[in-house]
Amino acid sequence: MLPKLFFGYFAFAIIVLSLLVITRRNPVHSVMWMLLLFFQIASMYLFLNAEFIAAIQVIVYAGAILVLFLFVVLLLNLREELLTNRFISAWPVGLVFAGAIFAGAVSAVAAFVPNFSGQYTVDVINRETHTKALGQALYTDFLFPFEIASLILLIAIIGAIVLAKKRMRS
Amino acid sequence: MVPLNWYLMLSAAVFSIGVFGFLTRRNIIIMFMSVELMLNAVNISLVAFSHYLQDLRGQVLVFFIVTVAAAEAAIGLAIIIALFRNKATAHVDDMNEMKG
Repeated sequence: MLPKLFFGYFAFAIIVLSLLVITRRNPVHSVMWMLLLFFQIASMYLFLNAEFIAAIQVIVYAGAILVLFLFVVLLLNLREELLTNRFISAWPVGLVFAGAIFAGAVSAVAAFVPNFSGQYTVDVINRETHTKALGQALYTDFLFPFEIASLILLIAIIGAIVLAKKRMRS
Repeated sequence: MVPLNWYLMLSAAVFSIGVFGFLTRRNIIIMFMSVELMLNAVNISLVAFSHYLQDLRGQVLVFFIVTVAAAEAAIGLAIIIALFRNKATAHVDDMNEMKG
């Protein structure tokens, strides 16, 4: 009963907060609601026995990505944003499209029953600690993707500098 | 014990909200935040799968998704800044230079 109650709280909070994120007129308010949303999602990860993922959710998403968003929103002075329409005129089409995706996904997962069970049970993770278990998987089975991830970050740094740099008049 | 289906349905709901925001908002920054919302929805379902199937591969995938999301946010926001410098607007329907 209690886990279902917790899940109900998290589901309600996450859905309401994501609706608030996409409907606010002022982008600064959207970013603030999204900060709250990311904290809710991080607490749900704790509930799913994924401490390290909850930590990187808070550190990377809430700490880095949202601060980047906030900087850009404050850099671009969007005064006229508060006066114009929020949505495009054909918004019902988007609503129907999103509703169709939701209905399709729900009908697909409604009868899903998990029957595969791997070696990382809750007991194993509790004994080994989650960060250590994840680190071992990351540095043995997933070493090559891990190296590629570092390359992606390098390309992102170079790309961001090149794109946002002011053009020099030659 | 909460069934896995509930987490997947929550993930589907958040993903659809992200799709709706991406398709209908006029502000390019909010469209970008909708993309982040969709990535988070996928992360929720991956962590739930990882917990219920007792396998860490889903969480490793979440790790990589967060990396790619960080890179994507940096590049995308740089593009938005470059766009705003040239056009002085953040509305996608004002950008129609490439329309034939």
